[in-house]
Amino acid sequence: MSMHDNISGSGQGRGRLRLVVVNSDARPHLGASKPEMADALVDEFDIDDHAACLQAVGAHQDKRAFQSLFSYFGPRVKAYVMRLGCQPGQAEELTQETMIKVWRKASQFDPSKSAPSTWIFRIARNQRIDAFRRENRPELDPNDPSLIPEPEEAADSVIEQKQSEMQLLEAMKHLSEDQKAILKLSFFEDMSHGRIAEHLDIPLGTVKSRLRLALGKLRSTLDDSRLPPTDGRRV
Amino acid sequence: MTIRHHIADEILVSYASGSLPEAWSLLVATHLALCPSCRKAASDAEELGGALLEDLAPVDLSEDAFDKLMSKLESADPEEAPVAAKKQTADVPSVLPEPLKSYLGGDLHALNWKRLGKGAYHIPISLRNGGGKARLLKVPAGQPVPAHGHRGEELTLVLTGSFTTHQGEFLRGDVEAADDDIEHMPVAGPGEDCICLAITDAPLKFKSLGARLAQPFIGI
Repeated sequence: MSMHDNISGSGQGRGRLRLVVVNSDARPHLGASKPEMADALVDEFDIDDHAACLQAVGAHQDKRAFQSLFSYFGPRVKAYVMRLGCQPGQAEELTQETMIKVWRKASQFDPSKSAPSTWIFRIARNQRIDAFRRENRPELDPNDPSLIPEPEEAADSVIEQKQSEMQLLEAMKHLSEDQKAILKLSFFEDMSHGRIAEHLDIPLGTVKSRLRLALGKLRSTLDDSRLPPTDGRRV
Repeated sequence: MTIRHHIADEILVSYASGSLPEAWSLLVATHLALCPSCRKAASDAEELGGALLEDLAPVDLSEDAFDKLMSKLESADPEEAPVAAKKQTADVPSVLPEPLKSYLGGDLHALNWKRLGKGAYHIPISLRNGGGKARLLKVPAGQPVPAHGHRGEELTLVLTGSFTTHQGEFLRGDVEAADDDIEHMPVAGPGEDCICLAITDAPLKFKSLGARLAQPFIGI
């Protein structure tokens, strides 16, 4: 099997690769409707369904879908960057930049890989790091030929990997207050493990184990609808 | 290739949150290219970020925010609108996966090694900001890496060859974690030079006086 078959036929990047291929000669710009793609990918969609909205923006630059995403996620992205120390003016600016990226990269969104909130979180996080930490954010290149692909999965498990925002919020409810507090320090205060330990006056080992348990709990809630981990190392 | 030594979940959570220093993120992202299992775990950790984002109390944007955004998008030259940063991706797998390869400016054959003594070489990797040090290390097959304890934490990702510590054997893709409490003495495996990416959040303290004296000069 060629590397290409391997990557496009399994796990990471499945839908994304397909979309990239479809879009390879078409740059998205405002008002450029591509009815044939719209027909192929999205016919009608629920304006409150964020995943469907992202797909509509990606397929045919749907402004109504984008406005729906903007009114829901815009104020949350602003809240996120303000928690990380932005002044309201800067926060407004960074929110705009984040939403511009959402518009431009929407065709890369793959609902079988992540929830819309997760996908938008990644963009907001990287915008914030780029603007304020003056640091690079080294990231995986999903098209790197050196990438070791996922083991093959059964085709019918793919659809079950879809993670709705409802499922995520449900999973969050199962976290303890201690775990949530530590996650917020990591995600919203930009704190290293060491600084979290100082801030809460608890041992470093406790910080690490709480973060580990929080991820473990999320995984076990989400894994109910997924295949077991391939190597059984985590639950 | 099966990875046996993974990145700890708490580090993956910090990677997902964006709070890891650049050196650490570089090692984590490079490991992710080689480890589907950690890739899955990191993407799960990002789901936590998505859920936390949704859970935040929204802060109102200015009233004309959406109109401003749309006019920005309309005035943008479509030719300049980047779909994604275009990277030159070769067709053949390289020894060094991304993003490490780009940080070093090429694959193994393109590197300028600096002598470190006892047949070992290294390349310090420049980062945009402080907060950790990263370097590529090359230890000749069968040679020990000088014994050292740590101030702070160190992660080592094996790229070629192998090394062995009391924790076992580390092969391509494996990550060894060491901290204050561990004095480890890695020895490179036979047959092939061991090349690895090592990152630290504080300078190592070497045991022998000679190595300690040399430390300021070799910059590790």
